[in-house]
Amino acid sequence: MAKVLVIAEHDGKNLNPSTAKCVSCAAAINGAEISVAVFATEPAALAAAAANLKSVTKVVAVADAANEYTLAATLAPQVVAIGRDYDYLFGPSTTFGKDLMPRIAALLGVNQISDIMSVESERSFKRPIYAGNAIVSVTAPEGIPVVATVRTASWAAVDDGNDAAIEQVVNSAALPDHTRFIELQSGKSDRPDLQTASRVVSGGRALGSSESFDIIYALADKLGAGVGASRAAVDAGYVPNDMQVGQTGKIIAPDLYIAVGISGAIQHLTGIKDAGTIVAINKDEEAPIFEVADIGLVADLFTAVPELTKAL
Amino acid sequence: MDRILVGLKRAVDYNVRVRVKSDGSGVETDGVKMSINPFDEIALEEALRIKERGAASEVVVISIGPTDAQQQLRTGLAMGADRAILVESATAISPLDRARVFLELVEREQPGLVILGKQAIDDDNNQVGQMLAALWDRPQATFASKLTLDGETATVVREVDAGLETIEVDLPAVVTTDLRLNEPRYVKLPDIMKAKKKPLELIPLAELGIEPGPTLTETFFEPPAARKKGSMVKDVAELVSALKSKGLV
Repeated sequence: MAKVLVIAEHDGKNLNPSTAKCVSCAAAINGAEISVAVFATEPAALAAAAANLKSVTKVVAVADAANEYTLAATLAPQVVAIGRDYDYLFGPSTTFGKDLMPRIAALLGVNQISDIMSVESERSFKRPIYAGNAIVSVTAPEGIPVVATVRTASWAAVDDGNDAAIEQVVNSAALPDHTRFIELQSGKSDRPDLQTASRVVSGGRALGSSESFDIIYALADKLGAGVGASRAAVDAGYVPNDMQVGQTGKIIAPDLYIAVGISGAIQHLTGIKDAGTIVAINKDEEAPIFEVADIGLVADLFTAVPELTKAL
Repeated sequence: MDRILVGLKRAVDYNVRVRVKSDGSGVETDGVKMSINPFDEIALEEALRIKERGAASEVVVISIGPTDAQQQLRTGLAMGADRAILVESATAISPLDRARVFLELVEREQPGLVILGKQAIDDDNNQVGQMLAALWDRPQATFASKLTLDGETATVVREVDAGLETIEVDLPAVVTTDLRLNEPRYVKLPDIMKAKKKPLELIPLAELGIEPGPTLTETFFEPPAARKKGSMVKDVAELVSALKSKGLV
């Protein structure tokens, strides 16, 4: 039996979809018995959501006033306090998990496996290196826990429809007060979050100006999609940097990705490799984006995009 | 503060198109251009700006790696670091062991701040800063896009998935850099000459009393699966019906 502890990511109200993806990765381990740990001020609703995830055996809910904000320095000792009996400790490779999991690994005195793409056996995993230009198979040493982040773009979320036991646990670890949350400024957009959206429309340098991005927003809103951009469009100042998709921006895996006026530089393609269906609209039929697109349309984006928005 | 420590990792230059060896034994690095890991360059730039504002008196650059990593340390000295330390290890060592090495140097040097890149662009691990903070039992401020020092504390804006998070940490602390923190300066020729006279200390890993611990074994390297080229449609109407037939709209 392999005891796995998945650290839930949430914003205090809802579980982040990354949690169900981590459970999916955990379930790929032979004989996995999966627990999900929820750290919050009032974890009841979050714990119930976690208990509803398929493949989960148990939810460990830790209520503590210190858990209002997700600070790695505060969370790591709490995870270690409940995590000693587990063979595996998993978190998502989102900024939440990337911040937290290495701190846990170091407290446990083990190395971490970053960005698990696939589970090859109980102790063997694949992960990307060099920005995804190479994939390496790694084997964890025997006899010590496997601490890992799960590359969310590689895993489909487990379904809802379960009724796992919920165990309330009182935190026993001493917590530091050297790290304090001040504020979170979130992008003010009402559109779906780029990183988790199931559909994304991105614009490139061919848009030519920030005003032209309006046709991208219009198409995205019709589809209920998130909006991204190529690095070239960001560098040209058309859109802010948090919209950048690619090796130096966000790595995403929507079901549908529509690349408009994006030539398809390697650095951009790295960020969309795991998209379900890639659609490319570009005037230049030689553009490298067509080499990876599932559906390509050679057309002037200024006529094709509004036409597409209208037709949907 | 007296001192800022900065990590500089020698890594394959970010412009190099990395290729996997055909026998799957690794990634081709022979004759490939090596540079300072870009996130580490940002870390050094930030430390230098703090020193130039008068908020720190010394910037020390540290590398853990082969003898050749002296090149990257010399570049760091040319950028403006005051001195350099190379912890020599002919073989690659794990992120946890790197964190242990940094901890050892932290204890020797007593810095007010350690600034590291958020990750190296070779192994993409994104671990050492967090691990050092854990072993040192000090705050960590990862993925920093703005750093403000105020006496005994630092205020750090972090690039997180949900937006920009601001946290306050007591010093000393570990900060890891994201791309938007700053734009590193270019090195000027006279500075390269000057850098040759700056102190560069070599410490064999064994001398620090750190025995490498159990680590992950890398068994096989392969290129990523290629996406297949799809089909072309001739107009928007065809595109819409293709999307419909796939159940995407």
